Amino acid sequence: MTSELFRFQGGVKPDSHKKESSEVPIQRVPLPSRLVVLLVQSSQGSARTIVTVGDKVLKGQCIGEAEGVAGTAIHAPTSGTVAEIGRYPMAHPSGLASQAIVIEPDGEERWITSEPLDPATASHEELILRIQASGIVGMGGAAFPSHLKARSEIETLIINGAECEPWITCDDRLMRERAASVVTGAAILAQLTGARRVLVGIEDNKPEAIAAMRDAVRGMEPAALACLGAEPDMMSVVAVPTLYPTGGEKQLIRVLTGIEVPPGTLVTSLGVQCFNVATAHAVCRALLHGESVVSRIVTVTGNVERPGNFEVPLGMPIADLLAFCGLNPGTSRVMMGGPMMGFTLPSLDAPITKGCNCLIAASDELFPPQPPEQPCVRCAQCTTACPVGLQPFELYWASRAKNLDDAKRHHLFTCMECGCCAYVCPSHIPLVDYFRFAKSEIRARDEEQKAAAQARSRFEFRSARLEREKAEKAARLAAKAAETRAKAAADGNAALIAAAVERSKDEADA
Amino acid sequence: MLAALLVMSGIALALGAALGYASVYFKVEGNPLAEQIDAILPQTQCAQCGYPGCKPYAEAIASGEAEINLCTPGGDDGVRVLAELLGREFKPRGAVEEKLKIVAVIDEQTCIGCTLCIQACPVDAIVGTAKQMHTVVSRYCTGCELCLPPCPVDCISLAEEPRTPQNWRWKYPKTGLKVVE
Repeated sequence: MTSELFRFQGGVKPDSHKKESSEVPIQRVPLPSRLVVLLVQSSQGSARTIVTVGDKVLKGQCIGEAEGVAGTAIHAPTSGTVAEIGRYPMAHPSGLASQAIVIEPDGEERWITSEPLDPATASHEELILRIQASGIVGMGGAAFPSHLKARSEIETLIINGAECEPWITCDDRLMRERAASVVTGAAILAQLTGARRVLVGIEDNKPEAIAAMRDAVRGMEPAALACLGAEPDMMSVVAVPTLYPTGGEKQLIRVLTGIEVPPGTLVTSLGVQCFNVATAHAVCRALLHGESVVSRIVTVTGNVERPGNFEVPLGMPIADLLAFCGLNPGTSRVMMGGPMMGFTLPSLDAPITKGCNCLIAASDELFPPQPPEQPCVRCAQCTTACPVGLQPFELYWASRAKNLDDAKRHHLFTCMECGCCAYVCPSHIPLVDYFRFAKSEIRARDEEQKAAAQARSRFEFRSARLEREKAEKAARLAAKAAETRAKAAADGNAALIAAAVERSKDEADA
Repeated sequence: MLAALLVMSGIALALGAALGYASVYFKVEGNPLAEQIDAILPQTQCAQCGYPGCKPYAEAIASGEAEINLCTPGGDDGVRVLAELLGREFKPRGAVEEKLKIVAVIDEQTCIGCTLCIQACPVDAIVGTAKQMHTVVSRYCTGCELCLPPCPVDCISLAEEPRTPQNWRWKYPKTGLKVVE
């Protein structure tokens, strides 16, 4: 099956730097002395601890239940003892700490008894709940809970193997070595979403991965075939041109189907949904093998002795992983994610999480320091490069002047921070930094306004209530007085009135 | 002569009736200017301006009896917006140090359940009843500090809201400065 390919506007072609890490098979890493499993492993929700300090846990045992509809569960990455439940730094640009469960491995790696779920017999709801309970989130980096996405009903399922960011090769290696699982996972997702067509998009700079995936689709496992309703032709592997950011959800949808996703529109409303190849792999392992997400493949590259891809247990401190790969001298900082969209880690104590696809040790030779920012010359190269049709220089002026309303008017929130504009800018302006700043300022301002509106309505309600209480009290007293008067009049007892008058006089005197 | 008088008084009567009708049926509820001012004020209900809340202060400004630079949480920025709205002269109120969002916290071990803070809270953010422990619903607390003075056992303190990735903010990019030789 051949399909016509489309083009999205803009995009850049940075040096790929894939060869450094893509030529070595995926390796296992030795267990560190402590595994720090953060409760927050997805972008939308958290987990609730269900173990206490001192508990013995088995590999794959649930240690945190999914909290709420959007939450995903977390599991012990190895067998051992819960040593501590405390706050540890997150792999986040802020370096803030978050609640985590610390496990001391016993070195035995004993798995909990697995309970596979056959997609052919299990109900739709059972499968979705299993995906949530297995802790599956988008493994491409965004960490969006997969069970929420798997609920959608769509026409076309897209499996994202584009991996367009330079340096990152974890999806490439995964597809080369575990193509069968990826294909089976994709077939299960197709069954769940009711898709009639599955397109696996892979950039053409990964010929080995394309070949491996095509072989896997041809020799599809019986389980996968059953999910596709015995129609293997539904799934096809498409080589897409190498152009950053093809791996962006909307860009890949555009390239493979020609659908232009308008800003603010959910892709499911257009009958499309996108999953990363590593997510598809995790779905296959979770359902057919009963294995929850306890590890992920991480690319470690840049200024290290042994670059490559590693199967890393979740919660392994980044410093330990880098030590295993041999951090070379001259490393100035470590980036998480690719050089285009990633960020510099504020602390290497942070543990590996489900959304962590790549660590790059940066040295001044590999990543020369950004030259000083020059004034914007309005060359509009950023506009040409922007893949979502924005005018980054307009956004830049607005953000730089902290003119937040203007930035919003120029559709700041359509920006996905892909970094194409900053990459082409001849004045070396860190455009994305300005946009991130303006976005968080706008969010904070909106929060403040919401809080002020809430305080106003609560204050007004309280004032009204106090007024009402005062009026009610006055009415009650008046009623009582009237009642007493009426009673006195009814009794016709002048003595009573006289006594009452006397009494009130006494009270007044006192 | 008589005709002219009749015509003029007829017109006067008709206009008077129209005005009277308008004043009854097109009456504006509340003071629109006060509402505009209230929308600008930060709604902490802290009463530091000398009025019992933001709305009373807004009404006082609208009626011309209050200065526009009395709001502490609003700071100079707030005064500027008010000055623009009212066409009045900008009056600085002096620098207000940039405050993180603060919320009141009750030390529940010390609280004796006197309900005084509940009565002081302008936004009903404290729950509890007589002789029972009280607590602050931090989601509703504006950090106005009005609950601090009435507490007889000093069990209320102010704490900065914890930073989370949700309320953490990116810094303004540092512009690289060139060294001039």
